[in-house]
Amino acid sequence: MQERFISLFKETLEMEGKNVQPGDLFREYEEWDSMGQLSLIAMIDEEYDVVIEGKKFQEIQTIAQLVEAIELEKTK
Amino acid sequence: MADITYSNIGIIGLAAAVPANTIKNLDYTQYFDAASVAEIVDKTGIRERRFAEQGTCASDLCFAAAEKLLADMDVDRSEIDLLIFISQTGDYRMPATAVLLQDRLGLGKHTAAFDINLGCSAFIYGLSVAYAMMNSGGFRKVLVLDGETRSRVYSPKDRKTAFLFGDGGIAALIGKVEQAGNSYFSLHSDGSKESFIKMDAGGYRMPSSPETLTEKVVDEYGNMRSDEHGYMNGADVFNFVLAEIPKDIRNLLSYSGKAISDVDYFVFHQANSYMNDYLIKKMKLPVEKVPTSIASFGNTSSVSIPLTIASQLTTEDCKNKYFLLSGFGVGMSWASCIIKMTDCYIADLVEI
Repeated sequence: MQERFISLFKETLEMEGKNVQPGDLFREYEEWDSMGQLSLIAMIDEEYDVVIEGKKFQEIQTIAQLVEAIELEKTK
Repeated sequence: MADITYSNIGIIGLAAAVPANTIKNLDYTQYFDAASVAEIVDKTGIRERRFAEQGTCASDLCFAAAEKLLADMDVDRSEIDLLIFISQTGDYRMPATAVLLQDRLGLGKHTAAFDINLGCSAFIYGLSVAYAMMNSGGFRKVLVLDGETRSRVYSPKDRKTAFLFGDGGIAALIGKVEQAGNSYFSLHSDGSKESFIKMDAGGYRMPSSPETLTEKVVDEYGNMRSDEHGYMNGADVFNFVLAEIPKDIRNLLSYSGKAISDVDYFVFHQANSYMNDYLIKKMKLPVEKVPTSIASFGNTSSVSIPLTIASQLTTEDCKNKYFLLSGFGVGMSWASCIIKMTDCYIADLVEI
């Protein structure tokens, strides 16, 4: 799941060819901005049928935590 | 759940008025550089908007649309028993703008008139109120006027909202239509999300003061506004729309016993192309059935649904057609309806 997510994440933020690791603080990426956030929300909805609540999303710092949050929503 | 059915009521005429003053977003660069503006235009799909001249109110746009509609259709004004004005940008704190419009339009004192203040979902809420009152049997015709001057609500120095909003007004005439059959409405609200789109000051909770009028930097991006400007958290709104709107539409279709293929036109609140395109894709709707006016008029809040119909469809297009309308936004408040237009006159767009 994590590997596939990272590949989708890179595609969504137009970061193909860049090194993205599970522990990365994605908000610090140069490519991260408010439109990037919308694209990420859309991708997660489309690929995983999951919507992460705004407040919860604000607390998420790393790629790995994003994957965890999606998995948690999935089990609901 | 607020699911409602009304019978044999329909929209028989629709006119829209917009300011002639056209703002081209790519040239709207006094506060932001051309490259970032171009990127915003590309993502939001909003190329132009209309800004009312100083002194022109939402009610003036509605008045112009109503005069056009009533004249074109040769409507006997004495038959209008109810006037509803929908807006969050009315003339005064009091009296209600609907009452002023009753007099300006030369309607009789028998006319019931009141305002509905709600935002992007308000046209559907307003239609529902009009249909319900028509269904009570005590009303002959209802005039629904819906106008906004959203250009004045948001700060031009806040890039989250500076390029989105525009002004417009519509007039819709509602009457008894035997062939309209059943109309289906679903109405919702979630006040726990009040901070998603909001204007903090200027009401009685936070009255106007020199402090509330002071412009300040509000985030790490350097966006500036005062407490009397509206603000919006786009990501929260997007999340909300993805979670609630497809669900609401599926429920309404099932409540009405109709399938996507039974609907001729899906008209959504015109928020921005990015969100609306995603909704269309997510719900697998045929794009040719989804008219849009976002590129020309931007987000006009409650006006955007009827403005899209009035500016993109003709009288002929609307003959015996099923419409699914869905509005969502500030509140958060959202509403959808499935209505049949049998013979609705669509007037030419008025520019003032």
